[in-house]
Amino acid sequence: MSKEVNLEEQFQARIDAGERIEPKDWMPERYRKTHIRQISQHAHSEVVGMLPEGNWITRAPSLRRKVGLLAKVQDEAGHGLYLYSAAETLGISRDQMEEQLLSGKAKYSSIFNYPTLSWADIGAIGWLVDGAAIINQVMLTRTSYGPYARAMVRICKEESFHQRQGYEIMLGLCQGSREQKEMAQDALNRFWWPSLMMFGPRDHESPNTEQSVRWKIKRKTNDELRQQFVDITVPQADYLGLKMPDPDLKWNEERGHYDFGEINWDEFWQVVKGNGPCNKERIAARQAARDNGEWVREAAIAHAKKKRQSLDKSA
Amino acid sequence: MKEINEEWPIFEVFIRSKNGLEHRHAGSLHAADSTMAMENARDVYTRRQEGVSIWVVESKHITASNPTEAGEMFEPAKDKVYRHPTFYELPIELKHI
Repeated sequence: MSKEVNLEEQFQARIDAGERIEPKDWMPERYRKTHIRQISQHAHSEVVGMLPEGNWITRAPSLRRKVGLLAKVQDEAGHGLYLYSAAETLGISRDQMEEQLLSGKAKYSSIFNYPTLSWADIGAIGWLVDGAAIINQVMLTRTSYGPYARAMVRICKEESFHQRQGYEIMLGLCQGSREQKEMAQDALNRFWWPSLMMFGPRDHESPNTEQSVRWKIKRKTNDELRQQFVDITVPQADYLGLKMPDPDLKWNEERGHYDFGEINWDEFWQVVKGNGPCNKERIAARQAARDNGEWVREAAIAHAKKKRQSLDKSA
Repeated sequence: MKEINEEWPIFEVFIRSKNGLEHRHAGSLHAADSTMAMENARDVYTRRQEGVSIWVVESKHITASNPTEAGEMFEPAKDKVYRHPTFYELPIELKHI
């Protein structure tokens, strides 16, 4: 017992000194579990995040838009893989993680449970959803767990084009016909609040935040990150000539930040619990991908074995 | 009942970013064999011309030092300052040495 306490103290001292923790280092079981939960959730979000956008690849309005969206979705597959690899260094297998996603035990970002109804939604997602993700991910490049931080550096480097891609779509629509601008406004109306929810519950309702900050998993709280996102994004909406769907939104001179309205937390928890517009559809799509790919995975293993055997024989 | 699926093994990926530089560890991935690992490494780690050469090696073939033994392993080098050029005191007017 006292030895355990001592190890925990030493661990905390390493964290406080700004050291990175690597896979084979001693770590408290809760640190390991928290990371498995957070990194796998992040990986699942990248993978499920391909679904709402994949929906529009074949219907992109031009070749320029199509190659951009296709590259973005490819990146998301890659980001999911970086993150799964980082989580695997903590002793969970890829299959276990996939199982947890399909059974609903592991969550993914709720934003991907909203449908993409028009092309403008692809613009709004790139601008807002990737914008919110980048704020979170830039913070995570300095997270205490080495493999997670390194995956984040790579992801951040690649992700900056995603947001620009989205904003360019919005810009094109806002400079187009009245109908196009209305499409852009409608997409903003639907994606603004769910984007704010991406940062998670308010600080006083987020039981994990304090420990996560102490372990330098997070370096800023949910509310701090959300405020940062609002402050950055409002002027970008102004530039587009779009109106934020929040009557309480206004600049607060004293605070030096925008004040904004109350988030509908009932909606947030409903979607987290599986009752969002697309939860079932998303999981069904992942399940189908797993089932339909099974024979391919088995065949690849069988082929690799056969090849090894024939190599052994000829040796 | 179906037996538990066999997972594809993990490979470590090393990339030479340009000619004249060494290969550096880029990350890892799953693949059925090294041919597939190479194809996946290309798609996952070099989508933006990050490399001119890739090595893949199955993770189980790597022998790693143990972090709990890092002391015994690396500290003996710590007090051997005489392995560095600055240990040797020479007059400053001396050139090219």
